Amino acid sequence: MIEFYIDTHSGVPPYLQLSQQVRRALKLGVLEQGDQLPTVKEVVARLAINPNTVSKAYRELEHEGLVAARVGVGTFVAKSLSDSSLAAHGPLRHDLEQWMLAARRAGLDDESIDALIRECFRSSSGAVLS
Amino acid sequence: MLSVLLGGGPKLTSVLTTEALTKRYRRKTALNDCTLALPEGRVVGLVGPNGSGKTTLLNLAAGLLSPTSGSLKVLGEAPSDDPKHLERVSFVAQDTPVYSALTVEDHVSYGAHVNPRWDRDLAERRIEDLGLDPRQRAGKLSGGQRSQLALTLAIAKRPEFLILDEPVAALDPLARREFLQVLMETVADQHVSVVLSSHLVADVERVCDYIVILVSSRVQIAGDVDDLLATHHRLIGPRDADAPTGQVVIESSYTDRQSMLIVRSDGPVADPGWLVEAINLEDLVLAYMGQGRRLDRGVSADSSGS
Repeated sequence: MIEFYIDTHSGVPPYLQLSQQVRRALKLGVLEQGDQLPTVKEVVARLAINPNTVSKAYRELEHEGLVAARVGVGTFVAKSLSDSSLAAHGPLRHDLEQWMLAARRAGLDDESIDALIRECFRSSSGAVLS
Repeated sequence: MLSVLLGGGPKLTSVLTTEALTKRYRRKTALNDCTLALPEGRVVGLVGPNGSGKTTLLNLAAGLLSPTSGSLKVLGEAPSDDPKHLERVSFVAQDTPVYSALTVEDHVSYGAHVNPRWDRDLAERRIEDLGLDPRQRAGKLSGGQRSQLALTLAIAKRPEFLILDEPVAALDPLARREFLQVLMETVADQHVSVVLSSHLVADVERVCDYIVILVSSRVQIAGDVDDLLATHHRLIGPRDADAPTGQVVIESSYTDRQSMLIVRSDGPVADPGWLVEAINLEDLVLAYMGQGRRLDRGVSADSSGS
């Protein structure tokens, strides 16, 4: 079961934060087809957020075909997003952790690391590998 | 499955409609020409600086005040002391009043006595969940417990419309979170529309899906939170350029090199000279509060920066 969180300083609307967290969990293989999402009431009771926010996030995911609501039962993952690229996650993660370590050794603080990653992300996002 | 999709959509009826609603005390105008239609099934956040008219509007909606001019309808009726109307609305006033000499149990039995729709199970379960001793006098409860007791009484009435005036202002962060959890669970469980006033924008951002911004006794803007955030942007551009067409400037500030505007966009920003950024609810609230103050002083948004 996925556990949601809300970052109130991110500037991202709460319903988008929830749907992004589901999509991310699907990509990372944390959520798989058939898994149940927490009910609206469970999310609301934990996070103290508006129920309409949760419903809206679930509707958006349903609209994308990623989850399906079964009346009176709950919302379930309808489609997995983890693909063959999941196998590459391990080594890539390892490399990234090495890089983080190197960055810290070089004296970069969290903010500098974040800025560097975002900058590289932006400059490389146009480059598609063949 | 489709019915689930449709059922969750926005509803079109209003819980509170006001027409040019105005409340004047001897010299002071507390609420000025307020026209609103608050949709059903939502959690509406009423925000604004102290003295902006929030409490006056909520007291009018609760039927505790009568308007000087204009009109309002609550659940389709003019507020009255008719018991049939009163049982459909719950109001929790500022500072969550409870009777300090009465016990928790006394409050619950009094609630059961005066409210025909009283949900005894819900009240008892809530008292138990909160860990309150039924024999405890309300005066001995902590601030958080008192407000939870007031909320319990308000929701055990099974109202269609719940009005809360600054319900969490006096609470510490933990008590605030617990209060909002219960409130949101209630909204998820029961068919209840909520209006709450607050000056804590972070709380409003969490729990409200509709917002009304009041400044100097006037409504600056009201609307669905996601819609408002989608149509408002921060624009950063050259110092001497005019705002791009189709953008209504709410706030502007300048350095010697650049202009920063908060705008309401009626169309996309076509001018590539301007950088467009999303804003959060706090930015939006502050921009409209600033605008409200300037309008109050008779200054426009464009002339304020220089």
